[in-house]
Order: sequence, then structure tokens, then C-alpha cells
Amino acid sequence: MSVSRRDFMAMGAAATAGAAIAPGIRLIELAQAKSPEEAVTAAQRWGLLIDTNKCNKGCTSCVDACHTENGIDHEQLKGSDATKPQWIRKVEVKDPNTGYEHSLPVMCQHCQEPPCVDVCPTGASFKRADGIVLVDRHICIGCRYCMMACPYKARSFEHEDITGQKEYAPRGKGTVESCTMCVHKVDRGDGTTACAEACAKEGHNAILFGDLNDPKSEIAQTVRSKATRRIREDLNLDNSVRYIGI
Amino acid sequence: MLRKSQKFASLLVLLAAVGLATSSIASGHGDEKHDNSRVPLPKHSITKGDKCVEPTEVMRKSHMEFILHHRDKTVHQGIRTKQHSLKNCVNCHADPETKSVLGKDGFCESCHTYAAVSIDCFSCHTDKANASKQTMRPIDAIGQKVIAITGGEK
Repeated sequence: MSVSRRDFMAMGAAATAGAAIAPGIRLIELAQAKSPEEAVTAAQRWGLLIDTNKCNKGCTSCVDACHTENGIDHEQLKGSDATKPQWIRKVEVKDPNTGYEHSLPVMCQHCQEPPCVDVCPTGASFKRADGIVLVDRHICIGCRYCMMACPYKARSFEHEDITGQKEYAPRGKGTVESCTMCVHKVDRGDGTTACAEACAKEGHNAILFGDLNDPKSEIAQTVRSKATRRIREDLNLDNSVRYIGI
Repeated sequence: MLRKSQKFASLLVLLAAVGLATSSIASGHGDEKHDNSRVPLPKHSITKGDKCVEPTEVMRKSHMEFILHHRDKTVHQGIRTKQHSLKNCVNCHADPETKSVLGKDGFCESCHTYAAVSIDCFSCHTDKANASKQTMRPIDAIGQKVIAITGGEK
């Protein structure tokens, strides 16, 4: 299930070679032109930057786009709302001292030290080389330890039979699922996620997707120049999702 | 109450019967020559393409191994080649009418029912071909250049 030793060595060698031959630019070119047969490497680290000042209260276009993209249909499910899958949800927060209210989308924070991976008994919960945290539902036994371990309540258990899945987003009963950072779009080279796309379409531009390892990307430049925070920084999980304005 | 020798004899008869049954099934399995067999053979039409990604005999025997190997590479390493991908299987082998590989005459289900092997794939994966039309990667800067040079020809 895990990356074999040989593959791991090859990945490391490839990354080092790319960096050594022509640092910076060469790596960016590789990032954009990943062919389908290439394995992902640690040369990229995908992340999201969410500007809560730009996020509108009451707007759920990111949530709706996520559901459409990944074939999540709450109408199809019979269970209570509490058990329906939520890969991304809007959270409203209020400062009791000042009365300042704002809302922000919260999804899997794609930690680089993920507690969900630590607790998984089968190795189904894993972190890809490029930093995306996923569930391999082929080996998930549905024990839900990861749901308990996640400090962000980011994971959902699929309680019911599902039909009408998208071909790139398989989902099924008895397994745990969460935000995949639109991994199928990332691998295709779209350079965006469904939520970021929808937010930009609404004109809010509150969600920015990009490669944190690429010094020329907009996300890397923004996190370098502006104060950003991560939810529950005290846990030292090194999240790939950062926020401005919280 | 049977005596020991009688017990042994009945066991032998039973073993012989089982052996006979399995050999007759084995000879009829997946062989077009046995169309007149009493065992109904799975029937499915192949409408798309000239040949599969591997020789038919290899696919019949080892398709599950190809898919298993590919799934791990795809999920863990992001390798999304078409050759042994389940999506590609479904897109090619789906019934043109139902657009599915399941159903009575569906490519996967008809054979799996015959062999009495349950398929787990489609409890999570879609059984429909081209379930989403957004499978093409949008044309990026490199693609634009290629189109400009070649005029869009392959």
C-alpha cells in the first residue's frame, strides 16, 4: 500500500536532480506539466489561503460547488442532517468583546503532521507526497478513529448507499471521506479547486489555491507578505490551509 | 448406524461425484466451443475498439490484478494513466444502451454472476460510462502553443 523503498528513492533522486540542475524555474515548469504517468513528489506542497475579510456571511457557493464537483447529494440521503457528509462547511464566529462577526469556510486543513494518519489502524488515512491528506477507501474499514482524532471535524462517515458518483470521485457506504483538495483537478493540472473557482466566480476571491513550495506562486507570495494564521496553531500540525483575518 | 466400510464407500462415492461436477464446470468455463452446454454462458457484446489494453486471454485471467495495481498507484502516487484504469474499462465496455457495465447483460456483471464472484468496485465507483463530461483537461498555455503550431491536428 505504501510507497515502495525503490519508488521513494527514485522520487528523492528526481526531486534533488530537478533542484540541482536549475533551481526555481525548472521545478515550476515540472509542476505545471506533470504528465499522467509521473508520480507526485514533495517538490509541490498544495495549500489554500482563505481571506475571511472577503468571505460573505450567508454565501455558501464554495459548499455548493464542492457538493456538485464531488457528487455529494444530501437530498439522496435519508439520515439526519448531523450524519450527512460535510467536506466543507461555513462557520460563523463572533468576538464577544467587540461584537465583530465573520464567517469562514472550514475543510480538511491538510496537516503535514496529520493526527488522522497517526491513528489510522490500516494505513488508509495517508498524506500524499505533495501534502494532500486523503483516505484510501479501498483499505478503510470505517472505524472512524480519524474522525475522533481530527481537531477540525473535517471528516465524515458515509452511512448510506450512494448512487450517481462522479467517475473521478468514488464514494461509498462504510468508509470515511473528507476534502481531497480536488485531487483529481490538481492531478489534471487545473491549478484550482472547486471551492476556489466558485468563490472567484461569485466575485469574492476569498479562497486562493496554489503551491506553497513555489516561491513565484501567488499563494506563496501572499503568505510571505501578509500575516496569516492557522486554526489551532497550538497543536503544531503544520496545516496547509491558512487564514487571513482570524 | 453405518459400519466403517460403508461409511468409507459412501465417502468415496461423494468425492467422485464432486470431482465429476467440478471437471465438467471447468471444461465449460469461458469456452466458446461449449455453446451447446447446459450451463448458460455469459453473453455480452463488445462495441467499442478493436482490442483491449492487453490480450483477451490475459485480461480474462488477470484483469483484477491490473486494476488492483493501478488503483494503488493512482490513489497514493497520483499516477493517472489510462491503460489499466477502471474508468477506462467502464468507458469502453459500458453497454451503449444502458451506459453501464452492470445489469443482466452488462459487461462486468454478466460474467461475474456466471462465475459467482461478487464485484466490490461499483459500491463506490460509478458503473456508468462518462458519468461526468468534464473529463478533458482545459487547454493551458502549453496546449495553446501546440495548437498554434500544429493547427489543432494530432
